[in-house]
Amino acid sequence: MSEVLVLVDHVDGVVRKTTTEMLTIAGRIGEPSAVFVGAGFDAAREVLARFGAAKVYRIESAEVTDHLVAPTAEALAQLVERTAPTAVLIASSAEGKEVAARLAIKTGSGLITDAVEVGDDLTTTQSVFAGSYTVRARVTTGTPIITVKPNSATPVEAAGAAADELFEPVISDAAKAVTITATTPRARSGRPELTEAAIVVSGGRGTGGDFAAVEAFADAVGAAVGASRAAVDAGWYPHANQVGQTGKTVSPQLYVANGISGAIQHRAGMQTAKTIVAVNKDDEAPIFELVDFGVVGDLFAVLPQATDAIEKSKG
Amino acid sequence: MNIVVCVKYVPDAQGDRGFEAGDSTTDREGVEGRLSELDEYAVEEALKIVEAGEGEVTVLTVGPAGAADAIKKALQMGAHAGVHVSDEAIAGSDAIATSLVLAKAVAKIGETTSVDLVLTGMASTDAVMSVVPAMLAERLGLPQVTYASELAVDGSVVTIRRDGDASTQTITSSLPALVSVTDQINEPRYPSFKGIMSAKKKPVATWGIADLGIDPAQVGLGAAWTAVETVTARPPRAAGEVVKDEGDGGLRLADYLVGHKLV
Ligand SMILES: Cc1cc2nc3c(=O)[nH]c(=O)nc-3n(C[C@H](O)[C@H](O)[C@H](O)COP(=O)(O)OP(=O)(O)OC[C@H]3O[C@@H](n4cnc5c(N)ncnc54)[C@H](O)[C@@H]3O)c2cc1C
Ligand SMILES: Nc1ncnc2c1ncn2[C@@H]1O[C@H](COP(=O)(O)O)[C@@H](O)[C@H]1O
Repeated sequence: MSEVLVLVDHVDGVVRKTTTEMLTIAGRIGEPSAVFVGAGFDAAREVLARFGAAKVYRIESAEVTDHLVAPTAEALAQLVERTAPTAVLIASSAEGKEVAARLAIKTGSGLITDAVEVGDDLTTTQSVFAGSYTVRARVTTGTPIITVKPNSATPVEAAGAAADELFEPVISDAAKAVTITATTPRARSGRPELTEAAIVVSGGRGTGGDFAAVEAFADAVGAAVGASRAAVDAGWYPHANQVGQTGKTVSPQLYVANGISGAIQHRAGMQTAKTIVAVNKDDEAPIFELVDFGVVGDLFAVLPQATDAIEKSKG
Repeated sequence: MNIVVCVKYVPDAQGDRGFEAGDSTTDREGVEGRLSELDEYAVEEALKIVEAGEGEVTVLTVGPAGAADAIKKALQMGAHAGVHVSDEAIAGSDAIATSLVLAKAVAKIGETTSVDLVLTGMASTDAVMSVVPAMLAERLGLPQVTYASELAVDGSVVTIRRDGDASTQTITSSLPALVSVTDQINEPRYPSFKGIMSAKKKPVATWGIADLGIDPAQVGLGAAWTAVETVTARPPRAAGEVVKDEGDGGLRLADYLVGHKLV
């Protein structure tokens, strides 16, 4: 059976859920081969094996890890050449898409980004124009290169050998021109990852800068916390938590917007949530056009009451 | 220091965006177009760099006749010259073909002046693929320094701050390089009256693909390496229930969430 390359998305060996989803998709298409770049393989190996990776190509060279994007694309291109895979799956993060973009040019292959579903026949589903259209497409030239959004498949455990091989790519000087001179890890909130969370609770300008009620509610329901750009621009919440066109796109089971008006650029990042709930003082706020359930009211009154009630219902 | 800024003409996000009936390409006629808001940040950053030193900013767009408006807006903001690549054959091009046209155009600009920096937006507001900058860097063989939320040029070195998923990175490269900027980087200016008047006299070159040595078979819908099979409008969301808080809004919210097994 032919290999399907999956570029592992991880932070120091902690494998992101999207990777297990991609391995599951890869297992339906062919034989999953993980490509692991960076440090922490020992920690990652068990997860990769549990979700069906038959092989793992390990890339540890500083020539790849010290530089941005281009060397990873070169390494993958060399693996594509060597293994002639059925497809290459990469997580739809900013960096993942850049690697995919360069790989597509290098290998003369069609690229599909932001797939929310990948069929066994490699047809993809994408959600475009702020979620108002669904597009089904396929790659017609070269090796299909597909970037996959979080929550695009239910990860299914399938024992794989995860037989690892140290792969030493040849990296060009040009690819080494861009150097990462400092890395500051993002402070961990202890909450779920925004793009992977089943529930996202967001705050906007209506919080007036006080996210305590939003965070308390989020913690009561085990949610990630998001923010509108107005809240981020005001310096109230980190940009990494911004939901929308220029922030993260989330597709949770439940999205709760608090003190957010529902501008088109915000919608672009959350409109595909399964259930949408909003709390807003203004009964004419556009966010109410999207909701399954909405409360017209002050978030500082509504959220604490709801938090209490939910805590109690848990008993 | 001479800078080329790639700007895209896009349907206004506030309008009713859709697809052409026949061929699943973006409908570029039905709604008002404009300079992509996200590219205004790149134009602003370019202007700041040359204003602090010297050099010229050339804006480059690939798009239909109407895309001249995107160039006009950038010239009004203060850019010095424009290049508009327009050709029937380009219609329906995907990112791969678009990046080819942009790369050839940057190379042609580079025949008459030095190009020290190519700036782009972080994504186009219509396609939002965010792949053109990486593709363009790959094609031009330029260092790729993307998602800059801060940018500093010192001699022949560019340094940026990149806010990634898991970390914030400081990234450096020698020039020439390709840099994409985010909407965190600056506050784009509005054109001044003087800017609007002087824009009329600024040079705009219009090139077709023959001028760039591109074969029509390499671009356009027919050259795409992907094919759209179906496009479906998402059914509008069924109207939900909106209640007014009468002192029990939080309880009703909790009831809804618990009752629907959402939490
Ligand atoms: C190129 C571009 C990209 C953008 N990208 C993004 C993006 O990625 N994400 C994003 O979010 N935005 C983005 N925006 C900005 C977007 O257009 C809006 O300006 C922004 O989303 C507004 O944020 P907001 O809803 O928090 O604020 P507002 O629109 O000011 O809304 C605040 C809401 O809070 C309500 N409120 C006030 N007080 C209370 C209270 N006590 N209790 C309950 N409700 C209250 C008000 O009724 C109001 O509806 C972008 C804009 C541009 C031009
Ligand atoms: N047709 C185009 N003409 C000029 N620049 C473009 C074009 N398409 C994309 N770009 C540039 O590439 C960036 C990212 O676009 P995209 O990859 O389409 O999201 C934009 O912000 C522009 O700077």
